[in-house]
Amino acid sequence: MIKVNNLSVQYFDKKILDNVSFEAGKRDWLMIVGPNGAGKSTIVNALSKAAPYTGDILLKGKNINDMKAMEQAQVMGVLRQNHNVAYSFTVEDIIKLGRYAYRKKMFESYGNDESEKVEKAIELTGLKELRHQSVLTLSGGELQRTFLAQLFAQDPEILLLDEPTNHLDLVYQKQIFALVNRWIHENDCCVISIVHDLSLARKYGNKAILLDQGKLVRSGNIKKVFNKEDLDNVYKMDVHKWMKDLYNSWDND
Amino acid sequence: MQLKHYTHLFTENKIKWRPLAAIIFNDMRKRKNNFTLTEYLFCTILLIIIFIISTCLGSVNIPFSEIGDVILSLLNIKDEASITYYSILVHVRIPRIICVALEGAALSLCGAGMQGLLRNPLADGSTLGVSAGASLGAILAIAFGFNFSFFIGDTTMIMAMIGAYLSLMLILSIAYKLDYSLATNTIILVGVIFSMFASSIMSLLITFANDKVNNIIFWTMGSLSGADYMDALALLIATTICGAVILKHADELNAFAIGEENARNIGVDIRKTKLMILVFVSILIGVCVSIAGTIGFVGLVIPHITRMVFGPNHKRVLPASLFFGASFLMLTDLISRTLFSPRELPLGVITSLIGSVVFVYIFYKSREVK
Repeated sequence: MIKVNNLSVQYFDKKILDNVSFEAGKRDWLMIVGPNGAGKSTIVNALSKAAPYTGDILLKGKNINDMKAMEQAQVMGVLRQNHNVAYSFTVEDIIKLGRYAYRKKMFESYGNDESEKVEKAIELTGLKELRHQSVLTLSGGELQRTFLAQLFAQDPEILLLDEPTNHLDLVYQKQIFALVNRWIHENDCCVISIVHDLSLARKYGNKAILLDQGKLVRSGNIKKVFNKEDLDNVYKMDVHKWMKDLYNSWDND
Repeated sequence: MQLKHYTHLFTENKIKWRPLAAIIFNDMRKRKNNFTLTEYLFCTILLIIIFIISTCLGSVNIPFSEIGDVILSLLNIKDEASITYYSILVHVRIPRIICVALEGAALSLCGAGMQGLLRNPLADGSTLGVSAGASLGAILAIAFGFNFSFFIGDTTMIMAMIGAYLSLMLILSIAYKLDYSLATNTIILVGVIFSMFASSIMSLLITFANDKVNNIIFWTMGSLSGADYMDALALLIATTICGAVILKHADELNAFAIGEENARNIGVDIRKTKLMILVFVSILIGVCVSIAGTIGFVGLVIPHITRMVFGPNHKRVLPASLFFGASFLMLTDLISRTLFSPRELPLGVITSLIGSVVFVYIFYKSREVK
């Protein structure tokens, strides 16, 4: 579904990403992990054409440079970690805009399944009660769910999540990951996400790429990538021991 | 709990009979996706009423009954209208008021478009320095006596358009350099600084071009006292074309207002949309400034008020701004003509006076709510 070959990103003379290649297919959840400054967000920026890059990015066999913005949005959707809405739009306004990519230019109309897809997204994310509320009054978790619903309404085959639960509490974290997990299996999608929490990555992902200072350290099956040697090298600490220590602290009460 | 109690009162239709105003008000309050037919009808009627009132009143008050006679003689049906009233109405007042209405509509539409695109409630031709750039272009044309013309519009009009577009590009590129995210305050700051720069160049030109001072001063104050039917036609064409383009981009403006990153993610062509809206907004502001000079604050206050009434959806805000802007500027023009009659105040001075007070009030109110 998605194939990235020799992706490099350079700002002035500093290489932020250096020859990174990876691919993901149907029902894959690919986790991009690595310490801060490894170039994780840069991958998302390059994939959504927000940063200049060299190399090839193929979506369903087609280079994204040959795709128009609308065409690309039908195949790939992005969920960012921060949202800064300027005016008091309602939750429903925002979710409905997810159907923008399917707009027929001539008459500014949408397909027949528009409202159906929107309703389904609202129901799945549990936003029925909030649909007419202004987004300026929502909490961080509700706002993130609103944009997740927009992504579901957009209904792309490839979902790109940039640290989707970075500043959310445990309840929302679980909610959002469970929702995305369900969505993948119901719609035969492919998800690529940046995750800081390695336990979360391990629980939900089946593939992973490990980055360090712009270079690809290891890629492939998540169990293979999360081996002790590589993780310890990249994070410069005993990761497995730290994870176990964290878990064990619950038993010492 | 208290709030829920009240909303329930609004939504439940227990009272069968409701006055017309309440129906219209409720219609406006509901968050709809488009400007509805009732709203179009209501706004058009309002516009016509204000138009008739402002044609009647002025330094010479024309009785309402005379207007019918003038219209009839204009259509060559009956020739009973008095010559004075006929010439005042047809040669002076009607072209001027048409120009005023179109000017108000165009400026408000530009303001609404830019406020959506830049996600910035303070964006407007006058605060961003675009109007100043347009005046500078027009004044350059007058001071140096440039002379070239296309099939429509004279030299000053074209120079004003070029001035508006170049200044917008300059301001935005400086703001980009200073702050990649194009934050609110950066753009406003750069715009204000650019306005000062432009006005200092204008003062410079005024001191050197003594013989054309009167002509130049006109552009810095903003007035429509000499407007004729040719001006009205130029404004009508510009407003129709640019207005159509801006209205066509209502969805994209919604996406921009929600967030530029988000707009990119849902499939909006960011560069193309930005360029289209900025180019057409600067053309429209250029035409407006070349005909009436700088009329400040209309593009700032009107979209604010419409957003308060109609919600933030641009599919509703843009057409509503057209109507409200036209009505507001016609009323302001009426005040400027009648307040110290027969002496007339410059229109730009009145709008800035009213606009700045209203704006402070809106700002204060919105803070209070938070």
